Amino acid sequence: MPVAKMVGSNRIVQGGGIVHVLGDADLPQEEEKKLRHDILKRAFDALQHSAENG
Amino acid sequence: MRVVHYLNQFFGGQGGEEAAHLAPHIQDGAIGPGRLLEQVLGADAQVVRTIVVGDNYAAEHVESLSALAVQEVQQCQADLFVAGPCFEAGRYGMAAGALCKAVKAALGIPVITGMVVENPGVDIYRPDIYIVDSGTQVQAMRDVLTTMARLAWKLINNQAIGRPREEGYIPQGILRDDFVEPSAAERLVAMVYAKTTGQPFESEFTPPTFSPVPAPAPVLDLSKARVALVTDGGLVPKGNPDKISPYAATNWGAYDISGLDDLHGEDYEVSHRGYDTRYVEQDPDRLVPVDVLRELEKAGVVGKLHDCFVSTSGLANPLANSRRLGREIAEKLKADGVEAVILTST
Repeated sequence: MPVAKMVGSNRIVQGGGIVHVLGDADLPQEEEKKLRHDILKRAFDALQHSAENG
Repeated sequence: MRVVHYLNQFFGGQGGEEAAHLAPHIQDGAIGPGRLLEQVLGADAQVVRTIVVGDNYAAEHVESLSALAVQEVQQCQADLFVAGPCFEAGRYGMAAGALCKAVKAALGIPVITGMVVENPGVDIYRPDIYIVDSGTQVQAMRDVLTTMARLAWKLINNQAIGRPREEGYIPQGILRDDFVEPSAAERLVAMVYAKTTGQPFESEFTPPTFSPVPAPAPVLDLSKARVALVTDGGLVPKGNPDKISPYAATNWGAYDISGLDDLHGEDYEVSHRGYDTRYVEQDPDRLVPVDVLRELEKAGVVGKLHDCFVSTSGLANPLANSRRLGREIAEKLKADGVEAVILTST
Protein backbone atom coordinates (compact mmCIF):
# COMPACT_ATOMS: atom_id res chain seq x y z
CA MET A 1 0.00 0.00 0.00
CA PRO A 2 2.58 2.65 0.94
CA VAL A 3 4.60 1.94 -2.20
CA ALA A 4 1.51 1.96 -4.41
CA LYS A 5 0.55 5.33 -2.94
CA MET A 6 4.06 6.74 -3.24
CA VAL A 7 4.30 6.01 -6.94
CA GLY A 8 0.90 7.60 -7.57
CA SER A 9 -1.37 4.62 -8.30
CA ASN A 10 -4.95 5.82 -8.73
CA ARG A 11 -6.93 2.78 -7.65
CA ILE A 12 -5.49 0.71 -4.83
CA VAL A 13 -7.10 -2.26 -3.09
CA GLN A 14 -5.54 -3.87 -0.02
CA GLY A 15 -4.77 -7.53 -0.70
CA GLY A 16 -4.12 -10.47 1.60
CA GLY A 17 -0.48 -9.65 2.27
CA ILE A 18 2.73 -9.74 0.31
CA VAL A 19 3.17 -13.52 0.18
CA HIS A 20 -0.36 -14.17 -1.09
CA VAL A 21 -1.89 -10.97 -2.44
CA LEU A 22 -5.10 -12.71 -3.53
CA GLY A 23 -5.40 -15.28 -0.77
CA ASP A 24 -4.59 -16.38 2.75
CA ALA A 25 -2.77 -19.67 3.26
CA ASP A 26 -4.22 -20.01 6.80
CA LEU A 27 -7.81 -20.25 5.56
CA PRO A 28 -9.58 -23.42 4.38
CA GLN A 29 -9.70 -23.56 0.59
CA GLU A 30 -13.33 -22.48 0.19
CA GLU A 31 -12.94 -19.52 2.53
CA GLU A 32 -9.74 -18.50 0.82
CA LYS A 33 -11.52 -18.49 -2.51
CA LYS A 34 -14.27 -16.34 -1.02
CA LEU A 35 -11.61 -13.90 0.21
CA ARG A 36 -10.14 -13.81 -3.30
CA HIS A 37 -13.60 -13.11 -4.64
CA ASP A 38 -14.11 -10.25 -2.16
CA ILE A 39 -10.78 -8.60 -2.98
CA LEU A 40 -11.53 -8.79 -6.69
CA LYS A 41 -15.00 -7.38 -6.14
CA ARG A 42 -13.45 -4.37 -4.41
CA ALA A 43 -11.02 -4.01 -7.32
CA PHE A 44 -13.88 -4.06 -9.83
CA ASP A 45 -15.81 -1.51 -7.76
CA ALA A 46 -12.75 0.76 -7.90
CA LEU A 47 -12.43 0.29 -11.66
CA GLN A 48 -16.04 1.40 -12.16
CA HIS A 49 -15.70 4.59 -10.16
CA SER A 50 -13.81 7.81 -10.85
CA ALA A 51 -10.44 8.09 -9.17
CA GLU A 52 -8.26 11.01 -8.16
CA ASN A 53 -5.03 11.75 -9.93
CA GLY A 54 -2.14 10.06 -8.19
CA MET B 1 27.74 28.07 -35.50
CA ARG B 2 24.49 27.21 -37.26
CA VAL B 3 21.40 26.64 -35.14
CA VAL B 4 17.91 25.31 -35.91
CA HIS B 5 15.30 26.41 -33.38
CA TYR B 6 11.92 24.88 -32.55
CA LEU B 7 9.13 27.03 -31.09
CA ASN B 8 5.43 26.55 -30.42
CA GLN B 9 2.78 28.84 -31.89
CA PHE B 10 2.81 31.15 -28.89
CA PHE B 11 6.55 31.84 -28.72
CA GLY B 12 6.65 31.76 -32.51
CA GLY B 13 4.28 34.73 -32.62
CA GLN B 14 1.43 32.88 -34.36
CA GLY B 15 -1.15 33.21 -31.59
CA GLY B 16 -2.40 31.55 -28.42
CA GLU B 17 -4.58 28.52 -27.86
CA GLU B 18 -6.73 29.38 -30.91
CA ALA B 19 -3.64 28.74 -33.07
CA ALA B 20 -2.69 25.46 -31.39
CA HIS B 21 -3.78 23.49 -34.46
CA LEU B 22 -1.16 25.17 -36.70
CA ALA B 23 0.79 22.90 -39.02
CA PRO B 24 4.58 23.40 -39.19
CA HIS B 25 5.62 26.85 -40.34
CA ILE B 26 9.25 26.95 -41.39
CA GLN B 27 11.13 30.18 -41.76
CA ASP B 28 14.75 31.13 -42.32
CA GLY B 29 16.31 33.12 -39.51
CA ALA B 30 15.45 33.67 -35.86
CA ILE B 31 12.02 34.43 -34.40
CA GLY B 32 11.18 35.79 -30.94
CA PRO B 33 13.27 33.97 -28.33
CA GLY B 34 15.55 32.86 -31.18
CA ARG B 35 16.91 36.41 -31.48
CA LEU B 36 17.80 36.37 -27.81
CA LEU B 37 19.31 32.93 -28.25
CA GLU B 38 21.62 34.28 -30.97
CA GLN B 39 22.72 37.07 -28.64
CA VAL B 40 23.55 34.83 -25.72
CA LEU B 41 25.26 32.21 -27.88
CA GLY B 42 27.60 34.92 -29.14
CA ALA B 43 28.63 36.62 -32.36
CA ASP B 44 29.56 33.44 -34.14
CA ALA B 45 26.11 31.91 -33.72
CA GLN B 46 23.25 32.19 -36.17
CA VAL B 47 19.75 30.76 -35.99
CA VAL B 48 19.49 29.73 -39.62
CA ARG B 49 16.00 28.28 -39.47
CA THR B 50 13.02 28.27 -37.12
CA ILE B 51 10.31 25.65 -37.02
CA VAL B 52 7.04 26.91 -35.50
CA VAL B 53 4.30 24.37 -34.76
CA GLY B 54 0.96 24.57 -32.93
CA ASP B 55 0.94 22.59 -29.68
CA ASN B 56 -2.03 20.43 -30.62
CA TYR B 57 -0.62 19.69 -34.04
CA ALA B 58 2.69 18.74 -32.44
CA ALA B 59 1.03 16.48 -29.88
CA GLU B 60 -0.90 14.68 -32.60
CA HIS B 61 1.95 14.34 -35.11
CA VAL B 62 5.03 13.67 -33.00
CA GLU B 63 6.53 11.14 -35.40
CA SER B 64 6.17 13.07 -38.64
CA LEU B 65 7.27 16.24 -36.85
CA SER B 66 10.39 14.49 -35.56
CA ALA B 67 11.21 13.39 -39.10
CA LEU B 68 10.66 16.94 -40.33
CA ALA B 69 12.98 18.38 -37.68
CA VAL B 70 15.70 15.87 -38.59
CA GLN B 71 15.30 16.78 -42.26
CA GLU B 72 15.49 20.54 -41.63
CA VAL B 73 18.51 20.26 -39.37
CA GLN B 74 20.25 18.12 -41.96
CA GLN B 75 19.42 20.48 -44.82
CA CYS B 76 20.70 23.45 -42.84
CA GLN B 77 23.84 21.56 -41.86
CA ALA B 78 23.22 22.83 -38.38
CA ASP B 79 25.66 22.33 -35.50
CA LEU B 80 23.04 22.67 -32.78
CA PHE B 81 19.32 22.05 -32.35
CA VAL B 82 17.49 24.08 -29.71
CA ALA B 83 13.88 23.60 -28.62
CA GLY B 84 12.00 26.10 -26.48
CA PRO B 85 12.48 26.77 -23.58
CA CYS B 86 9.01 25.47 -22.80
CA PHE B 87 8.57 26.40 -19.10
CA GLU B 88 5.29 24.82 -17.89
CA ALA B 89 3.73 24.15 -21.29
CA GLY B 90 3.13 20.38 -21.32
CA ARG B 91 2.39 19.70 -24.98
CA TYR B 92 5.25 22.00 -25.97
CA GLY B 93 7.60 20.19 -23.59
CA MET B 94 6.59 16.76 -24.84
CA ALA B 95 7.19 17.81 -28.45
CA ALA B 96 10.47 19.59 -27.65
CA GLY B 97 11.76 16.48 -25.89
CA ALA B 98 10.73 14.18 -28.74
CA LEU B 99 12.30 16.41 -31.40
CA CYS B 100 15.55 16.82 -29.49
CA LYS B 101 15.81 13.08 -28.95
CA ALA B 102 15.10 12.36 -32.62
CA VAL B 103 17.63 14.89 -33.92
CA LYS B 104 20.31 13.66 -31.53
CA ALA B 105 19.68 10.02 -32.44
CA ALA B 106 19.58 10.62 -36.19
CA LEU B 107 22.35 13.16 -36.63
CA GLY B 108 24.44 13.01 -33.47
CA ILE B 109 24.64 16.79 -33.07
CA PRO B 110 24.16 18.51 -29.68
CA VAL B 111 20.54 19.27 -28.76
CA ILE B 112 19.20 21.27 -25.85
CA THR B 113 15.90 22.36 -24.42
CA GLY B 114 14.55 23.92 -21.24
CA MET B 115 11.51 23.12 -19.05
CA VAL B 116 10.31 23.31 -15.49
CA VAL B 117 10.87 20.06 -13.58
CA GLU B 118 7.11 19.31 -13.46
CA ASN B 119 6.71 19.50 -17.24
CA PRO B 120 5.61 16.02 -18.47
CA GLY B 121 8.34 16.18 -21.11
CA VAL B 122 10.97 16.05 -18.37
CA ASP B 123 10.01 12.67 -17.05
CA ILE B 124 10.14 11.01 -20.44
CA TYR B 125 13.11 12.70 -22.08
CA ARG B 126 15.58 13.63 -19.37
CA PRO B 127 17.53 10.36 -19.59
CA ASP B 128 18.23 11.08 -23.27
CA ILE B 129 18.86 14.80 -23.51
CA TYR B 130 19.99 17.81 -21.49
CA ILE B 131 16.97 19.76 -20.25
CA VAL B 132 17.82 23.04 -18.55
CA ASP B 133 15.67 23.80 -15.52
CA SER B 134 13.69 26.82 -16.75
CA GLY B 135 11.54 27.40 -13.68
CA THR B 136 8.01 28.64 -14.32
CA GLN B 137 8.68 32.32 -15.03
CA VAL B 138 8.71 33.24 -18.70
CA GLN B 139 10.28 36.59 -17.71
CA ALA B 140 13.45 34.65 -16.92
CA MET B 141 13.83 33.85 -20.63
CA ARG B 142 17.24 35.53 -20.93
CA ASP B 143 18.67 33.69 -17.92
CA VAL B 144 17.30 30.36 -19.13
CA LEU B 145 18.66 30.88 -22.64
CA THR B 146 22.03 31.91 -21.18
CA THR B 147 22.23 28.65 -19.23
CA MET B 148 21.16 26.71 -22.32
CA ALA B 149 23.77 28.50 -24.43
CA ARG B 150 26.57 27.81 -21.95
CA LEU B 151 25.73 24.13 -21.87
CA ALA B 152 25.33 24.03 -25.66
CA TRP B 153 28.83 25.42 -26.18
CA LYS B 154 30.26 22.79 -23.85
CA LEU B 155 28.48 20.06 -25.78
CA ILE B 156 29.69 21.43 -29.10
CA ASN B 157 33.29 21.69 -27.87
CA ASN B 158 33.12 18.22 -26.33
CA GLN B 159 33.92 19.64 -22.91
CA ALA B 160 33.20 17.66 -19.77
CA ILE B 161 29.70 18.36 -18.44
CA GLY B 162 29.55 19.05 -14.71
CA ARG B 163 26.89 18.06 -12.23
CA PRO B 164 23.28 19.08 -12.87
CA ARG B 165 23.37 21.73 -10.15
CA GLU B 166 26.56 23.29 -11.51
CA GLU B 167 25.39 23.38 -15.11
CA GLY B 168 21.71 24.12 -14.50
CA TYR B 169 20.20 21.07 -16.16
CA ILE B 170 17.67 18.61 -14.72
CA PRO B 171 19.30 15.42 -13.33
CA GLN B 172 19.32 12.60 -15.85
CA GLY B 173 19.48 9.83 -13.28
CA ILE B 174 23.14 9.07 -14.02
CA LEU B 175 25.47 7.98 -11.22
CA ARG B 176 29.12 8.80 -11.85
CA ASP B 177 32.11 7.76 -9.76
CA ASP B 178 34.00 10.66 -8.30
CA PHE B 179 37.08 10.89 -6.09
CA VAL B 180 36.70 13.13 -3.07
CA GLU B 181 39.17 13.85 -0.31
CA PRO B 182 37.19 13.47 2.96
CA SER B 183 36.04 9.92 3.74
CA ALA B 184 32.34 8.97 3.75
CA ALA B 185 32.38 8.98 7.57
CA GLU B 186 33.81 12.50 7.67
CA ARG B 187 31.30 13.77 5.13
CA LEU B 188 28.44 12.15 6.99
CA VAL B 189 29.43 13.63 10.36
CA ALA B 190 29.80 17.04 8.72
CA MET B 191 26.28 16.72 7.25
CA VAL B 192 24.77 15.60 10.55
CA TYR B 193 26.51 18.49 12.29
CA ALA B 194 25.24 20.96 9.70
CA LYS B 195 21.74 19.55 9.97
CA THR B 196 21.60 19.67 13.77
CA THR B 197 22.99 23.20 13.92
CA GLY B 198 20.64 24.47 11.23
CA GLN B 199 23.36 25.01 8.61
CA PRO B 200 22.77 24.30 4.93
CA PHE B 201 24.11 21.01 3.59
CA GLU B 202 23.75 18.97 0.45
CA SER B 203 22.73 15.34 0.66
CA GLU B 204 24.60 12.92 -1.58
CA PHE B 205 21.49 10.85 -2.06
CA THR B 206 18.50 12.23 -3.92
CA PRO B 207 15.35 10.18 -3.51
CA PRO B 208 13.48 9.47 -6.74
CA THR B 209 10.59 11.75 -7.57
CA PHE B 210 7.29 10.54 -8.91
CA SER B 211 5.32 12.70 -11.27
CA PRO B 212 1.53 12.74 -10.95
CA VAL B 213 -0.31 9.89 -12.66
CA PRO B 214 -3.56 11.02 -14.31
CA ALA B 215 -6.41 8.71 -13.30
CA PRO B 216 -7.82 6.68 -16.20
CA ALA B 217 -11.59 7.02 -16.67
CA PRO B 218 -13.80 4.40 -14.99
CA VAL B 219 -14.86 1.30 -16.91
CA LEU B 220 -18.40 2.04 -18.08
CA ASP B 221 -19.69 -1.50 -18.48
CA LEU B 222 -17.59 -4.18 -16.86
CA SER B 223 -19.87 -6.91 -18.19
CA LYS B 224 -18.67 -6.05 -21.69
CA ALA B 225 -15.05 -5.25 -20.85
CA ARG B 226 -11.99 -7.34 -21.58
CA VAL B 227 -10.02 -7.65 -18.36
CA ALA B 228 -6.37 -8.67 -18.12
CA LEU B 229 -4.35 -9.91 -15.17
CA VAL B 230 -0.87 -8.42 -14.70
CA THR B 231 1.53 -9.09 -11.86
CA ASP B 232 4.95 -7.96 -10.68
CA GLY B 233 5.15 -11.02 -8.43
CA GLY B 234 7.18 -13.05 -10.93
CA LEU B 235 4.81 -15.94 -11.75
CA VAL B 236 6.09 -17.77 -14.84
CA PRO B 237 5.47 -21.16 -16.44
CA LYS B 238 7.80 -23.95 -15.27
CA GLY B 239 11.25 -23.44 -16.75
CA ASN B 240 10.85 -19.63 -16.93
CA PRO B 241 10.76 -19.55 -20.76
CA ASP B 242 11.51 -15.80 -21.05
CA LYS B 243 14.30 -16.00 -18.46
CA ILE B 244 12.79 -13.21 -16.37
CA SER B 245 15.38 -12.27 -13.78
CA PRO B 246 14.32 -12.68 -10.12
CA TYR B 247 15.60 -9.16 -9.41
CA ALA B 248 16.10 -6.02 -11.55
CA ALA B 249 14.17 -7.73 -14.34
CA THR B 250 14.61 -6.21 -17.78
CA ASN B 251 11.75 -8.01 -19.50
CA TRP B 252 8.23 -9.34 -19.02
CA GLY B 253 6.28 -12.28 -20.37
CA ALA B 254 2.73 -12.95 -21.54
CA TYR B 255 1.44 -16.43 -20.79
CA ASP B 256 -1.56 -18.15 -22.30
CA ILE B 257 -4.43 -19.01 -19.96
CA SER B 258 -7.17 -19.52 -22.54
CA GLY B 259 -9.25 -22.53 -21.58
CA LEU B 260 -7.84 -22.68 -18.05
CA ASP B 261 -10.26 -22.47 -15.10
CA ASP B 262 -7.60 -22.69 -12.44
CA LEU B 263 -3.81 -22.41 -12.18
CA HIS B 264 -1.93 -25.36 -10.71
CA GLY B 265 1.30 -25.10 -8.78
CA GLU B 266 2.98 -27.89 -10.72
CA ASP B 267 2.76 -25.88 -13.96
CA TYR B 268 4.35 -22.69 -12.64
CA GLU B 269 7.26 -21.28 -10.70
CA VAL B 270 8.07 -17.85 -9.28
CA SER B 271 11.06 -15.77 -10.37
CA HIS B 272 11.27 -13.21 -7.58
CA ARG B 273 13.76 -12.97 -4.72
CA GLY B 274 11.91 -10.39 -2.68
CA TYR B 275 9.26 -12.46 -0.87
CA ASP B 276 8.56 -15.98 0.35
CA THR B 277 7.21 -17.51 -2.83
CA ARG B 278 6.06 -20.88 -1.42
CA TYR B 279 2.42 -19.90 -1.03
CA VAL B 280 2.10 -18.73 -4.62
CA GLU B 281 3.95 -21.80 -5.85
CA GLN B 282 1.42 -23.96 -3.95
CA ASP B 283 -1.47 -22.17 -5.62
CA PRO B 284 -0.70 -19.54 -8.30
CA ASP B 285 -4.30 -18.24 -8.08
CA ARG B 286 -3.11 -16.49 -4.91
CA LEU B 287 -1.19 -14.12 -7.18
CA VAL B 288 -2.91 -14.43 -10.57
CA PRO B 289 -6.54 -15.16 -9.64
CA VAL B 290 -7.64 -17.02 -12.75
CA ASP B 291 -10.02 -19.32 -10.83
CA VAL B 292 -12.29 -16.58 -9.47
CA LEU B 293 -12.03 -14.42 -12.58
CA ARG B 294 -13.12 -17.32 -14.76
CA GLU B 295 -16.17 -17.74 -12.52
CA LEU B 296 -16.91 -14.01 -12.76
CA GLU B 297 -16.58 -14.24 -16.53
CA LYS B 298 -19.05 -17.15 -16.66
CA ALA B 299 -21.44 -15.26 -14.37
CA GLY B 300 -21.27 -12.26 -16.72
CA VAL B 301 -19.73 -9.89 -14.18
CA VAL B 302 -16.80 -9.25 -16.51
CA GLY B 303 -17.02 -9.46 -20.28
CA LYS B 304 -13.93 -11.50 -21.00
CA LEU B 305 -10.84 -12.61 -19.16
CA HIS B 306 -7.93 -11.81 -21.49
CA ASP B 307 -6.29 -14.88 -23.00
CA CYS B 308 -2.94 -14.28 -21.39
CA PHE B 309 -1.63 -12.89 -18.14
CA VAL B 310 1.42 -10.66 -18.07
CA SER B 311 4.17 -11.11 -15.51
CA THR B 312 7.47 -9.59 -14.50
CA SER B 313 9.51 -9.42 -11.34
CA GLY B 314 9.25 -6.15 -9.44
CA LEU B 315 12.32 -6.19 -7.25
CA ALA B 316 15.33 -3.87 -6.98
CA ASN B 317 14.43 -2.39 -10.32
CA PRO B 318 15.66 1.06 -11.36
CA LEU B 319 12.73 3.41 -11.85
CA ALA B 320 13.54 4.13 -15.49
CA ASN B 321 13.51 0.43 -16.22
CA SER B 322 10.20 -0.14 -14.41
CA ARG B 323 8.68 2.70 -16.40
CA ARG B 324 9.81 1.15 -19.66
CA LEU B 325 8.37 -2.25 -18.67
CA GLY B 326 5.09 -0.57 -17.71
CA ARG B 327 4.90 1.31 -20.99
CA GLU B 328 5.59 -1.82 -23.03
CA ILE B 329 3.00 -3.87 -21.14
CA ALA B 330 0.39 -1.11 -21.48
CA GLU B 331 1.05 -0.82 -25.22
CA LYS B 332 0.64 -4.56 -25.71
CA LEU B 333 -2.58 -4.76 -23.70
CA LYS B 334 -4.08 -1.73 -25.44
CA ALA B 335 -3.28 -3.29 -28.80
CA ASP B 336 -5.01 -6.46 -27.60
CA GLY B 337 -8.19 -4.49 -26.84
CA VAL B 338 -7.93 -4.82 -23.05
CA GLU B 339 -10.07 -2.22 -21.23
CA ALA B 340 -9.22 -2.92 -17.60
CA VAL B 341 -6.32 -4.44 -15.70
CA ILE B 342 -6.00 -6.00 -12.28
CA LEU B 343 -2.35 -5.63 -11.32
CA THR B 344 -1.34 -7.74 -8.35
CA SER B 345 1.79 -6.50 -6.63
CA THR B 346 3.79 -8.36 -4.00
